Amino acid sequence: MARQSYDGIVAALPVTIPYERYSTHAAHWWLGRALGALVRQSGLPKDAVDGVCVSSFTLAPDTAVGLMQHLGMSPRWLDHIPTGGASGVVGLRRAARAVQAGDAGVVACISGDANHVDSFRNTVSQFSRFAQDGVYPYGAGGPNASFALLTAHYMRTYGATREDFGKLCVAQRDNALRYPHALMKKPLTLQQYMEARVITDPIHLFDCVMPCAGAEGFLVMEETRAKDLGLPYARILGTIERHNAWHEDPIQTRGGWTMDVDELYAQAGATPADIDFMQAYDDYPVINFMQIEDLGLCAKGEAPDYVRRNTFTVDGTLPFNTSGGQLSVGQAGAAGGYLGTVEALRQLSNTAGKTQVADARIGLVSGFGMINYDRGLCTAAAILGSAK
Amino acid sequence: MTQALRNPPKKDPVARSRQPTRPPGIRSRSALGLTAAAAEGRFELQQCAECGTVQYPPREVCVHCLAEHLPWKPVSPLGKLLVSTTLHHSNDLYFRERLPWRVGTVRMQAGPSVVAHVHGDLADGDDVRLALKLDRSGQAVMLALPTKNTPHMEDDKILRETACDPKFRRALVTDGKSAVGMAVTQALLDAGAAEVFLGDPQLWRKEPAFEKLAADPRIKVVPLDVTDTDSLERAAGEYGGKVEILVNTADMEREGGLLHAKDVNTARNLLDINVLGMMRLAHAFGPAMCARAADGTRNAVAWVNVLSIYAQMNLPARAVWSATKAAALSLAQGLRAEMRPSGVRVLNVFPGPLDHEWEQLTPPPRVAPKAVAQAIVGALKDGLEEVYVGDVAKEFRDRLAENPKGLERELGA
Repeated sequence: MARQSYDGIVAALPVTIPYERYSTHAAHWWLGRALGALVRQSGLPKDAVDGVCVSSFTLAPDTAVGLMQHLGMSPRWLDHIPTGGASGVVGLRRAARAVQAGDAGVVACISGDANHVDSFRNTVSQFSRFAQDGVYPYGAGGPNASFALLTAHYMRTYGATREDFGKLCVAQRDNALRYPHALMKKPLTLQQYMEARVITDPIHLFDCVMPCAGAEGFLVMEETRAKDLGLPYARILGTIERHNAWHEDPIQTRGGWTMDVDELYAQAGATPADIDFMQAYDDYPVINFMQIEDLGLCAKGEAPDYVRRNTFTVDGTLPFNTSGGQLSVGQAGAAGGYLGTVEALRQLSNTAGKTQVADARIGLVSGFGMINYDRGLCTAAAILGSAK
Repeated sequence: MTQALRNPPKKDPVARSRQPTRPPGIRSRSALGLTAAAAEGRFELQQCAECGTVQYPPREVCVHCLAEHLPWKPVSPLGKLLVSTTLHHSNDLYFRERLPWRVGTVRMQAGPSVVAHVHGDLADGDDVRLALKLDRSGQAVMLALPTKNTPHMEDDKILRETACDPKFRRALVTDGKSAVGMAVTQALLDAGAAEVFLGDPQLWRKEPAFEKLAADPRIKVVPLDVTDTDSLERAAGEYGGKVEILVNTADMEREGGLLHAKDVNTARNLLDINVLGMMRLAHAFGPAMCARAADGTRNAVAWVNVLSIYAQMNLPARAVWSATKAAALSLAQGLRAEMRPSGVRVLNVFPGPLDHEWEQLTPPPRVAPKAVAQAIVGALKDGLEEVYVGDVAKEFRDRLAENPKGLERELGA
């Protein structure tokens, strides 16, 4: 059976609560601020938001349930999505179906995390049972160590070099200098990238994201409603998600996108050539390379060459992570999984300000989440279109 | 090639002793199956009883067919090192103090991919053998090792950390006049121990083999009687800060059950040496060893109790002695838990009947003191927590697992 279209359903009103490196506030504060911004800026009464979708790593001991009492909400549809870096796209596609089916009228998709000085160490040590049993006791390197192994293996298999990764990081930093909420404010040169200190070979300093606090959010509703409210929005053309794909591969070289990518483009009625910009999940550069390949912008193993041929800046070829990505904006926990979706909504509603890509009509958003043992488990992607 | 360890220079008396830290020790209950295997030096993974799939990390049901019967089975430890990395950063104090640190991904011939500590002599793409070892938190970890031994390979950081190798360390053998005590002392010296403090509980008793052993310049005879608190305090005051491996060989073995040997005094003596002796030793030497558990290359690493298989099931012909060994085993388990925060390992040794004067009437096979000594040194090098010595002990262990009631009945026959 063909996937049903999302016709008439839109994602609207992208909001970002400016990130902070460390914040004394709890996750509830960040999520509450995101919801508050959505309610105030939409002009909707609070109880008109009758669906809520939450993603957060630091909400414990609460879940979305406790958060609803905390925020005084009475939604008739509630979801709590633990897919980390894939949660923006996954939240979007679930909320869209809920609105389409009439289970909710307006869904607020919110994502946010606290970052206290000790938060990151606690998160990585208790990330999952397989991490606790099978990874953390091995040097406690956190995601750096896991991605170092994937990166080293990818480099050897496909001939990618540190310069290739560096080119993408430098382009993202150029983009970030145009984005007011990026925590990284200084330019980055390829030389600085190459000379940075080694963290976990071959991962060096500028391959790593900086954990921070922050929140992101958007609303999902019918297109007519968004128009009536005068909200910026984008159409949902196609979406996919996949979990624990290719689990028999001895080491990860491809993600779950490859299982569904043809259906993604078919549903959207688009081809890779139609993509005006891409927002990828960039916790490490090697994952950008995998997404570029697995979402069909080039063949498997050809991302190094593709990177050498493109510029990735807001005003260049294949504008990529136009707000700077997590590598330059910061990784606000699960909000990192929303960063690309929210920026794509700004691009397609022509509200991206200084990062605006000219004539952006079709955008590709990709998510990658939860490195659980030796690989990332959750993948998702969406093709979004500007209002007609 | 591994850089050979050098005999460390004398410690700077002004320098602060590094406090012990431990690698992350929290595990799921399923993962403790790895710990059980590592404690005895076995390599075992969960293997589905239904479809035969070998899996790692440990799970609750089979990853392939979802069956719930997942016995731990010996599997081939061979595989290939797909890729490795060197950590220059860690979130954990223990590893921060030991950077740089190597880890890698091994594809096992048996199926699973394994994240492992990687020995320095390995390169990406090499064939490897995996080993399960206890780390300083007392939990099992996977080590990727060369398939064939390489020069000084035991001196590699990860092996030195997971083992309790006697090389360059100083040991105390509590009863150096017993046959086992003398054999252990010789084996420790042969394994590269820097010095052995040889306990002499009976200064009045002349023993030619003891005199001969004591002539070795690496040996220091120490008057030491585990029933005498004063003698222990004197010895600990002088040598307690230098003991990195303590081997408690003090043992009094006597025949007799309960009904006919109406001799409470002998029972009290047995308890005094075999049980309270361990307790007094722990008071005198335990705290200093724990404090020195991270004291450089020559850190305190192991506490060894020479027990008996009859600690685990009573031998009625030596009922009282067996009971003291059982009490000692129970105390040793408590001691192990108390020492675990420091990383000092407690090794319990379970020999079968020993080939010494107090087992004159026991039919063969009996375990030679030398075999006990070799097993202890081997277990220290492998970093074990339990070792069974001799055929009788190994069979005993299997029968205890199969049918403990049957074993009890036969021991009383």
